[in-house]
Amino acid sequence: MLLSMEKINKIFPGNVVATNNVSLEVRQGEIHCLLGENGAGKTVLMNILYGMYQPDSGQIYYKGQPISIHSPKDSIENRIGMVHQHFMLVETLTVAENIILGQWKPWKNLKEMEKVHERIKNLGEEYGLFVNPNALIRELSVGEQQRVEILKALYRGTDLLILDEPTSVLTPQETVQLLNLLRGLADKGLTIIFITHKFEEVFQVSDRVTVLRDGQLVGTTDTAQTTFGELAKWMVGREVFMDLDRSKSNSKEVVLSVRGLQATDERGLLAVKDVSFDVHANEIVGIAGVSGNGQTELALGLAGLIEIKYDRLELCGQELKKITAKNLDRIGFGHIPEDRQGMGLILPFSVAENFILGEYNSEPYSHYGFLQNRQIINHAQLLVNKFSVRVSNVKEEITNLSGGNQQKVVVARELNRNPNFLLVNQPTRGIDIGATEFVYQQILKQRDAGSAVLLISTDLEEVFKLSDRVLVMFEGQIIGEVPPDREQIFKVGLMMAGKQVEEELA
Amino acid sequence: MEDIQWIVGLQGILVATIRLATPLIFSGIGLVIAEQAGVVNIGLEGIMLLGAFTGWTIGFYSGSLILGLAAVIIVGLISGLIFALFTVTIRANQIVVGVAFNMLGIGLSGFLYRTLFGREIGLLKLESFQSIEIPFLSNLPFIGKILFQQNILVYSSFVFCLLAIYVLYHTAAGLAIRSVGEHPRAADTMGINVFLVRYLCVLMSGVGAALGGAFLSIAYTNIFVENIVSGRGYITLAIVAFGRWKPVGTLIGALIFGLFYAIQLNLQSLRGIVIPYHVFQALPYFMTILALLSMRGRAIRPKALGKPYEPSA
Ligand SMILES: Nc1ncnc2c1ncn2[C@@H]1O[C@H](COP(=O)(O)OP(=O)(O)O)[C@@H](O)[C@H]1O
Ligand SMILES: [Mg+2]
Repeated sequence: MLLSMEKINKIFPGNVVATNNVSLEVRQGEIHCLLGENGAGKTVLMNILYGMYQPDSGQIYYKGQPISIHSPKDSIENRIGMVHQHFMLVETLTVAENIILGQWKPWKNLKEMEKVHERIKNLGEEYGLFVNPNALIRELSVGEQQRVEILKALYRGTDLLILDEPTSVLTPQETVQLLNLLRGLADKGLTIIFITHKFEEVFQVSDRVTVLRDGQLVGTTDTAQTTFGELAKWMVGREVFMDLDRSKSNSKEVVLSVRGLQATDERGLLAVKDVSFDVHANEIVGIAGVSGNGQTELALGLAGLIEIKYDRLELCGQELKKITAKNLDRIGFGHIPEDRQGMGLILPFSVAENFILGEYNSEPYSHYGFLQNRQIINHAQLLVNKFSVRVSNVKEEITNLSGGNQQKVVVARELNRNPNFLLVNQPTRGIDIGATEFVYQQILKQRDAGSAVLLISTDLEEVFKLSDRVLVMFEGQIIGEVPPDREQIFKVGLMMAGKQVEEELA
Repeated sequence: MEDIQWIVGLQGILVATIRLATPLIFSGIGLVIAEQAGVVNIGLEGIMLLGAFTGWTIGFYSGSLILGLAAVIIVGLISGLIFALFTVTIRANQIVVGVAFNMLGIGLSGFLYRTLFGREIGLLKLESFQSIEIPFLSNLPFIGKILFQQNILVYSSFVFCLLAIYVLYHTAAGLAIRSVGEHPRAADTMGINVFLVRYLCVLMSGVGAALGGAFLSIAYTNIFVENIVSGRGYITLAIVAFGRWKPVGTLIGALIFGLFYAIQLNLQSLRGIVIPYHVFQALPYFMTILALLSMRGRAIRPKALGKPYEPSA
């Protein structure tokens, strides 16, 4: 046994129980999956091991010794490495500088970087992890940045490597590469803890798997001894739903028609380059792609939140010279934004107040500029029931709700207006399966009621489940359209990596 | 004849430029170090005033400028420590703490000066730092007098700048500082003590500001007057932004402002010009606004600048 974490408890302020008496045992040389839904406590447990958080109680044994880890410095000294879900890279420094950061004596001269470059190249060849040691992090793709994170751990010498949801930012092809790499590392004796919420990956890569649910340990088992169904039940606590019921879309009426749309990102670089597409009534058009390929800017642009340029844009038969909140409102627009907490909701406001954002100034919620509390509360009560939001009192601050319930509030507010055009971006990121199921059903229902829906998501499963047509976005362009057949997923994966499909399949 | 007068005039302006840039170099380089680590020390004005007061008072009483300087450095360290305590450990708003420092600096230095020297305000003088002529170099035509016939503090400010460049860009410590200002959590995960780095960098800005202030009262002049710093602490903030948070840019910025001050002094002394001298006095400040406008949106500031680091619990 390389690692044994015993009865780890961690409670955050506000009485959030992140881990409740969780125990985990990891064997030397194995790949151990840590499986659980969002919020199950996987990241917290591993951050405790890496010294980012202090447990309230519990004991860690490592290489047969009880150890206490007060900071990442201690875990580094114990040859534990961690690739965080949000990369811990300094964008303005080079690959090599990131790798030796904190590892040298303060007064060591950076001239000695030459040797570091040499070693990085050697390590790269040994493990197939190629990156240019001299490149600035911000010039690298997400996949390359992940390689740097792994190199950071290998460079300083690591016996136990933790990876927190490493595949969430990768294309299917990059995922296959990563899993192969990890297998190779394990064969060389490295022990790996691999956090995921995807069942397939558990079966593809792991020797054993531990499942967490709501901060509690459900169980540990040999991967070979278990099944998809069993793990799903462990993870969710009940049987999971699968395919959605849906009718065929058959509308010819174009609701949104975009030609030659361009948008720039925060840095002023062209993020969306000349994009054209149509969305019909009674249709869901999915936009698939690895995050950071212009989806965010496309969504913000269509919602009138950043300035964009286009040759022609028609919404509900009206040509718009400029997209503004006002003309979107008139036409009937609903928006479920990517960043629920930053854009969809105002966290310090109550649930009821969040339900009338955008309408706070109109009757019946406001009368001569005075808010009509009774109307607001009744309205909230109605929506809470209709969309089964779990909240004891609609006057409660929305920040106290779980992610899934917060998202239900956004969905309820936007769909209640019965929009002609509904823009949906990453609707289920970070919410539990129950809420996900619900959000899917609501979006489909809205489509069946005749809305045109543009769904942007980096989750391929989601895009395929919901869409009537799938467009693939890569480096700011739409590089192809596919029907939502399961068999097409691999092809879409290739396209998401920028491969023109014709040449690849030829 | 005309030519020579003109050249001597220009030389005079440039000599003054270097001198007038010196306090800005001290405070500016100190600030660059702190801001590279993610802390905006807006309290520079106050710390500079305390430095000016301490250096002059201790120098005056003890008769030793060296002792005065030692006291200045200690005051800089203490100010930095208090600023870091509030902004790094307690995570108070850096702007609010900075403003408090400035008000404290103005009030305290003025109050103590009046208490100690009462009636003789502005009359007491000490023996200030004298120019040191560097052998050979000081004899170079034209630039000898500008660069190599200055006092020890002027030379020190340039050494301070060189040291900052060396540490920030040529040592592992510099990598740690820059990573803490850019992405403190990443630095933390690599075993770097974010708090320690920020404390040390804020201490440097305290020392830089205190020395910059002291230069005004014990080297550039030999008297202390209330509010002797007159906004140079605020100008420093602008210069550092103008210099893109880098030592070389800041040095250039400080020299440009030194030049403005020198030209402004020169124009003031020209007889026959009817423009009120206030206009010339406003020149450096006016230029600050122009400089800031000209670089709007293009600046590459450290990403975590001004943001307290919340360590994991
Ligand atoms: N720094 C924090 N402060 C308060 N609550 C936290 C913090 N980090 C995580 N949590 C809470 O702890 C629980 C477990 O989170 P986490 O470990 O991130 O889940 P996951 O399994 O998705 O990685 C969640 O309810 C989350 O909201
Ligand atoms: Mg997580």
